Amino acid sequence: MAREEKTITMNMGPQHPSTHGVLRVVVELDGETVVRAEPVIGYLHTGIEKTMESKLYYKALPCTDRMDYLAPMSNNLGYCLAVEKLMDIEVPEKVKWARVCLAELTRLNSHLVWLGTHAIDLGAMSMLLYAFRERELIIDIYEACGGQRMMTSYIRIGGLAHDLPADFDKKVRNLIKLIREKINDYEALLTNNEIFINRTRNVAVISAEDAIAHSLTGPMLRGSGVNYDVRKAQPYSGYENFDFTVPLGKKGDAYDRYLIRLEEMRQSLNIAEQALDGMPEGPYRAHVPGVVLPPKEDVLYKMESMIFHFKIITEGFKAPKGSIYQAIESPKGELGFYMTGDGTNRPRRVRVRPPSYINLAALPKLSEGRMFSDVVCAIGSTDIVLGEVDR
Amino acid sequence: MKDIMKSLGNVLIKMPQGFFVTLKHLFRKPVTLDYPRQKKPMAPRYRGRHYLERYDDGTERCVCCGLCAAACPADAIYMEPEETEKGERKARVYEINLLRCIFCGFCEEACPEEAIFLGQDYEFSSDNRDSFIWTKPDMLVPHPRKDNPFKRIYRRVRKVYGVPDKTR
Repeated sequence: MAREEKTITMNMGPQHPSTHGVLRVVVELDGETVVRAEPVIGYLHTGIEKTMESKLYYKALPCTDRMDYLAPMSNNLGYCLAVEKLMDIEVPEKVKWARVCLAELTRLNSHLVWLGTHAIDLGAMSMLLYAFRERELIIDIYEACGGQRMMTSYIRIGGLAHDLPADFDKKVRNLIKLIREKINDYEALLTNNEIFINRTRNVAVISAEDAIAHSLTGPMLRGSGVNYDVRKAQPYSGYENFDFTVPLGKKGDAYDRYLIRLEEMRQSLNIAEQALDGMPEGPYRAHVPGVVLPPKEDVLYKMESMIFHFKIITEGFKAPKGSIYQAIESPKGELGFYMTGDGTNRPRRVRVRPPSYINLAALPKLSEGRMFSDVVCAIGSTDIVLGEVDR
Repeated sequence: MKDIMKSLGNVLIKMPQGFFVTLKHLFRKPVTLDYPRQKKPMAPRYRGRHYLERYDDGTERCVCCGLCAAACPADAIYMEPEETEKGERKARVYEINLLRCIFCGFCEEACPEEAIFLGQDYEFSSDNRDSFIWTKPDMLVPHPRKDNPFKRIYRRVRKVYGVPDKTR
């Protein structure tokens, strides 16, 4: 009996361990070759953008933590920069430097988790344990700063939630020293590992033209050799003062992206160190009465501050009419916030440009014509967080 | 041929270096904790469960102004005011729905009386949903303050926000 159907359709996920969350991929297979791979999303939809529209500007901040939960500080930073742009707030110098330092630690945090999970997807178990061990130290710093390990809400509109802790400098310097050594260990484990090379070299290739056509950003784009980094292209929060290089790949395969992320981790350590060296003294919050919450000390001892404190918390502040777009380089790519103010105390519309979501759209391109097991590698090297994909 | 030699070099020379990294860890102290028996001390700013603070004479600090309820992004706080015999305002009902609470610490930041604060405890799981609606008896720190474990976290708000202790 002759068979008519040549291809079979298979479901990968939404509960598959290597899809990094609740991603479902409908894969059409011819033997073991992928004919078509289609990501299906929406299993983690939380309506964060819509929720933000019904909240006061400062109360929408905890929502942003929950989008890319591996890089909470980057999301906080993007949101706060957007609101500050809308309200035309200038933050003190110290805040800028502290934010850069925290954003780079966040990049390190996110890349460490990526490294561990990507490696375990490809069969390297111990990498995950080592990466999470080092991530724990970064999370301890988050805890010391903002009081929570993942949902930090530390970067606030117009400054920071509290001043940096007293031993922040010492802790971060120790961390930088330690991770510099550990990255060499990671390299020893993976970079020249023949199994890892065979699983990633020439797998999930995307050319520079395709990468631009799919509007990829972050390491996905730079892996194909396109030099675009928001930190260099449109510097924010004082990134123009820092000296760092943007690593570029050649082939645009998963191995190039791995090398780029490792190099980015080293650059992040350099930037964080520069931020610590140059950290100026000063207040940790901008003084903008009626918009930025006054420091706790003023609330307790000064009448006007107390009045503003009550007014901001009960009524919020009114943003002017108009739309702004503010992009930052989150660990996954360009994270943008498009906000429209309509003269009231709530945003008319908040639109997030999530890098994970847009990078994920290139998955069919990355995996078509490849083996089924390469889909795992493609998803892993895209570095997605489903909280951000679905929002 | 060149590729094969390179691969062979990787397998014979580079990969054992990787194995050595793993081998080193065999002789290191574990970084994990034996959790229920060993516990990690939380950072001073850690945002755990809520407490309601008292003055030194035992009266409650909370005046039921509703600012914490207004600041709460999750709408987890409910309160009703009443007057004491002295004519002071205080909370008759003060409830926090811990199932809604996201532990963002905005209530603590908003409170103008330093009445509510988030302590260091994080273990409050339960198999009964009703037990997650916390009322005043669950949250008020015990009185008298002498010889009780809450002494350590007394006036946490001031420590965390770096407020100098003037007379108030």
